[in-house]
Amino acid sequence: MSTAEMVAGEAPRTAPAGDVILEVRNLVKHFQVGGGFLGGPPQVVKAVDDVSFTIRRGETLGLVGESGCGKTTTGRCILLLERPTSGQVIFEGRDLMTLSPAEVRRVRRKIQVIFQDPYSSLNPRITIGQMLDEPLAVHGIVPERKARQDRVRELLTVVGLLPSMASRYPHELSGGQRQRVGIARALAMEPSLIVCDEPVSALDVSIQAQIITLLEDLQERFNLTYLFVAHDLSVVRHISDRVAVMYLGKMAEITDRTTLYAEPLHPYTKALLSAVPIPDPEVEAERQRTVLGGEVPSALRPPPGCVFHPRCPIAIDECKRVVPECLEIRPGHRAACIRAPGYPAGAANA
Amino acid sequence: MNERTAPAPDLLLDVRDLHTEFATSNGIVRAVDGVSWDVRAGETVALVGESGCGKSVSALSIMGLISKPAGRITGGQILFKGSDLLKRSEEEMRKIRGREIAMVFQEPMTSLNPVLTVGRQITEACEIHLGHTPEQAHARAVEVLGLVGIADAERRLKQYPHQFSGGMRQRLMIAIALSCEPALILADEPTTALDVTIQAQILDLMKDLSRRLGVATLIITHNLGVVARYADRVNVMYAGKIVERGTAREIYASPRHPYTLGLLRSVPRLDEPKRERLAPIQGQPPDLTRLPPGCSFRPRCGYAVERCAEEVPPLERVAGTQHSACWEKDKLPVRAAKPEKVPA
Repeated sequence: MSTAEMVAGEAPRTAPAGDVILEVRNLVKHFQVGGGFLGGPPQVVKAVDDVSFTIRRGETLGLVGESGCGKTTTGRCILLLERPTSGQVIFEGRDLMTLSPAEVRRVRRKIQVIFQDPYSSLNPRITIGQMLDEPLAVHGIVPERKARQDRVRELLTVVGLLPSMASRYPHELSGGQRQRVGIARALAMEPSLIVCDEPVSALDVSIQAQIITLLEDLQERFNLTYLFVAHDLSVVRHISDRVAVMYLGKMAEITDRTTLYAEPLHPYTKALLSAVPIPDPEVEAERQRTVLGGEVPSALRPPPGCVFHPRCPIAIDECKRVVPECLEIRPGHRAACIRAPGYPAGAANA
Repeated sequence: MNERTAPAPDLLLDVRDLHTEFATSNGIVRAVDGVSWDVRAGETVALVGESGCGKSVSALSIMGLISKPAGRITGGQILFKGSDLLKRSEEEMRKIRGREIAMVFQEPMTSLNPVLTVGRQITEACEIHLGHTPEQAHARAVEVLGLVGIADAERRLKQYPHQFSGGMRQRLMIAIALSCEPALILADEPTTALDVTIQAQILDLMKDLSRRLGVATLIITHNLGVVARYADRVNVMYAGKIVERGTAREIYASPRHPYTLGLLRSVPRLDEPKRERLAPIQGQPPDLTRLPPGCSFRPRCGYAVERCAEEVPPLERVAGTQHSACWEKDKLPVRAAKPEKVPA
């Protein structure tokens, strides 16, 4: 199998983190809701509100948070499935917002996606083979028909499926097998960055582990970079090199995975970690937990000041007025909390 | 602490050798295939397993909610407070459902009536089951909303389900379940649709209420962390059978069935240093219309021997209250051991 050619022009993985492949700068995505002829004035949902981060080649950045925190929208902006309201998405040195449609088409190949639900993301009317064949033809990756069939078989093998699966339809496959097809489809484009949007949360526990292991193997083999969007902190911790935590459209904290789990600086990160049950009754019985009160506020009416302050166990008066910027507190560790030890005094926007 | 020292005779629910089948176009599916388990008054018991293992069908069988004619209960007994629910008429079952045994489902939005006010959905049950007057029922509704931590009850009772958030709807489901003071709540994946901080709130609430009100809970879930945090006793199901049972501590400390062992090894843990690789269970979940002879888990099992292909292993005692249905149960590695090399 010609695995070396799979990602043409890419050096084999040498260091865990290379040059910066993606930089997201002050990304903002607002959605207008309401405002039809029946409704009142339109309202604005700040789905993503001033989010910045970088991903280095070959690494996995985990993006976690609860429903409505903006993690999926962030991923969709990077995939150019949404047009950001403002901010920059710089991929391999080029700002995607400034590209011509033809250039966008070329870049799209390099940024692929694996969706959460393998049931709704595969076309039920075409075979797995056709599904993998079509993009190879459309993008002219493998122009010759016979060679394409070989490539499809190869892709299926790479993701742990039998080549004979090419003649099957999605409904004949189990959830885990479908997710493998979704992965093969992403790999077909020989991408350098894959946005994995909750790729295992619809799967059974035993299948989740298979898919996670597959993603890890593929990353190593083809020097892939992952943006791994998920809500399961145990899974994110396992697969990520660095982790970003989002809350209500804002970046709460970002650092390497070990530090995030061992020494979280943001009270929301602490509460999230505390909420995850550990599969061990002895450990659970001994655990000191912070249970967050309340719920995530509506993104239509985010609280003033720090968006987390109504649920925050350590909020002070200032938190109601001051929007904390996500600032570097230690090298490689950014957090948006004025109460975090080491947060630069007076740095927050009043 | 998790262990219960309560004596055995206070069995609230005693399911014995239950068989539930469905006729499908591909043949008979034995969704629940000779399963026995019990719940004592006031305790929390978990049924754990993956999709299609029969955990939800077990709960529906108890409630008499198996859809006929495709589905039917072909054998066994469901003894609730000593009398067999399978011998009850539909009329009698209606008096038990919601009154003696209540249910909380995974997706609260689909189990609440969108065109009735929240208040009406609670008071209706109280009026029918408890013979409350509208005033009494209203007072009860206010009371149970308070129990589940929904503030501003009077105003909330006038609202409709769509005005509630996901977490609030699940609180509401629990309030409805509690309204008639049932002895047992069957909670089928009660927090799977919720965010993790809300999941923690809801499960803590259920645990607290179960302690305070003495309601027994059967929690059906696939989440091993949830089981570890909340259940006293655990039944692990695979392909319609219980493959392992015991107290939560027994099972997590030393699983004696390869499936349980595999499940525990395939989930990353927040409190452990990063493992190089997870050790997934190989293969696919079984097709219930074409189960292999012998042990259903054999095709995915790393410890199978010849006998496993021929004879179905019975659920036998290992130690303490722990039982396992595995011919090789005494030869399994202890869990603390490093996982073996995972085949590529």
